[in-house]
Amino acid sequence: MNAVLPPFMIFILGAFVIPFLRGRVRSVYVVALPVIGLINLLLIPTDTVMTANFLDYELTLVRIDRLSLAFGYIFHIAAFVTVIYILHVKESLEYVAGFVYSGAALGAVFAGDLFTFFVFWETLTVGSVMLIWARRSKASSAAGFRYLLVHVTGGLTLLAGIVMMVVETGSIHFGYIGLTGLSSWLIFMGLGVNCAWPFLHTWLTDAYPEATIGGTVFLSAFTTKTAVYALARAYPGTEVLIWIGVAMAAFPIFFAVIENDLRRVLAYSLVNQVGFMVVGIGIGTELALNGAVAHACNDVLFKGLLFMSMGAVIHRTGKINATDLGGLYKSMPWTAGFCIVGAASISAFPFFSGFVSKSMVMSAAGEGHMVAVWLVLLFASAGVFHHAGIKIPFFAFFGHDAGHRVKEAPKHMLIAMGITAFLCIFNGTFYKPLYSILPYPALYEPYTLSHVVTQTELLFYSALAFTLLLLSGIYPAEIRAINLDFDWLYRKPLVALSNGLATLLNGMNKVVDRLLVKEFTGAVNDAAIDATARLAWVVVVPFIKNKDNPYPKREIFKKKLDAAFATGTSPVGLFAACAGLFIVMLFVFI
Amino acid sequence: MEKEKTHLFDKPENVKRLLIIFFSSVILLFVLDFFVHKHAHFPWENWPVFYAIFGFVACVILVLVSRFVLRPLVKRKEDYYD
Repeated sequence: MNAVLPPFMIFILGAFVIPFLRGRVRSVYVVALPVIGLINLLLIPTDTVMTANFLDYELTLVRIDRLSLAFGYIFHIAAFVTVIYILHVKESLEYVAGFVYSGAALGAVFAGDLFTFFVFWETLTVGSVMLIWARRSKASSAAGFRYLLVHVTGGLTLLAGIVMMVVETGSIHFGYIGLTGLSSWLIFMGLGVNCAWPFLHTWLTDAYPEATIGGTVFLSAFTTKTAVYALARAYPGTEVLIWIGVAMAAFPIFFAVIENDLRRVLAYSLVNQVGFMVVGIGIGTELALNGAVAHACNDVLFKGLLFMSMGAVIHRTGKINATDLGGLYKSMPWTAGFCIVGAASISAFPFFSGFVSKSMVMSAAGEGHMVAVWLVLLFASAGVFHHAGIKIPFFAFFGHDAGHRVKEAPKHMLIAMGITAFLCIFNGTFYKPLYSILPYPALYEPYTLSHVVTQTELLFYSALAFTLLLLSGIYPAEIRAINLDFDWLYRKPLVALSNGLATLLNGMNKVVDRLLVKEFTGAVNDAAIDATARLAWVVVVPFIKNKDNPYPKREIFKKKLDAAFATGTSPVGLFAACAGLFIVMLFVFI
Repeated sequence: MEKEKTHLFDKPENVKRLLIIFFSSVILLFVLDFFVHKHAHFPWENWPVFYAIFGFVACVILVLVSRFVLRPLVKRKEDYYD
């Protein structure tokens, strides 16, 4: 029993050994690490709690229960396949960042107290931003900074909520919170940032397509799913989540249809899929929560698979925009096949993983007689097939042949995609093992004739719409363009506001500096320097004779006067007499 | 230069074949729907071919709204943010 370690420790400590290893040894090590982690996790009995004392508090570093366990398993699998996928990478940075990041996700889902949870939550941000910056392009560096700013803001909101809550309740226990007061709302919003809620989602669609090809696969698995876990832990049955989830499921599909960058299409569909999970958490029944967790597990796999296939396309062709791709099935048939498996899974075709998990959330909405919710989710189900199920494989691998004649993806990528594709089909076909790790007893039966036929109908008629729209030319052609999203707000008007304020305030500063510091004081200074000479000049000017040729004489006199004052040799007597006379005149006449 | 191998969908008849298979399955599903008993949560689920019509209409609306409403609103040049 004492031989087991906290799950995060293997990943995070293990990560720091990676820079000292090279070549094959490193490859073996990084692939073995998640396997050791998973064995360790399997050895820890459910309902284990590991504590440590810190200051006045007892931290619950590890709490393993059925809710956290499902996420723990899938995170290990995700790390395993992703690390196989990136074995071509020579530098250590991506491996280290990947393991710190996935280790932080493990730490967060197994954290039993708010403090531990927060520490891992922030570590997630650090690890993930490294995966974005590892691409080392100008775009990725800028997107990484924006990503960091958004997440730091979210993290501070969360921290504020946690501090307030600990002060209010005196307990750091991380369990059900529910929306009660300001502190719970702050925590709720902090989690919402990582969960990519509408208007808070732009960090995802902005930054994920800019990360390295393996980085995006890592990213798609952990940040949003950790947030889903945290919401399922702290806010199950919170009604507002249903509507947040509905919005998440619906709006991104419109953006996905017109988006040209295929990884950004997948980023939008990631928001859409997390929407289903958030709806499940909001409904909060056992079926709905099971559905949310099962769908999170499946989403890690099929979204990872889709990102891997698009990564392989980038790796071989250097392109990712739909306008530059097409016809790749000829040179990358295996990648195309795996991509189609991912596409079928996300679309929830019978025998593919989405079919057995998304339907749980739908059924839960149906059982609750939530008409609007159910209809929007059905719309989103048809829509996701449209953009992720058809658009991704079609524009990359079929459609117009862009003429790329490249090699098939490297072997290790094919292995990673193969394992993931296998798991997608396995979970969809033999769903019992997946159902057995869900938080509640899963009594749901996905394979009824009614479900199979209606779902297939929905998908085939969506495909029919795609086919007819494409053949008739109505389907929007891919255009080399970008589409604005809510991040426009902080990339344009806010930047303009900041620049405007900078110009205004710096300008004021400059003007005041010039007027008061330089001009005014300078003028006073200058005036003071030769004030007496000027005064004297004003006084003596009427007394100078200037009948015939006044100017030379006056000027000579002025020069003399100035020189006299500058050298301190002015004939003071004369001036004193003038001054005295002046005073006498004043005295006499006034 | 060596002539490139002809691939599956280079032949128009293969594309045609695929489309025929697809359209036949669409029709088959349409017919099948009338014979399947639905486990319905809502009354409209029992309407014949509800899911087929919903899927088709949903996607047409999705594409039309994306193309004619959203794209004109949000489309910008690729260097917009640079």
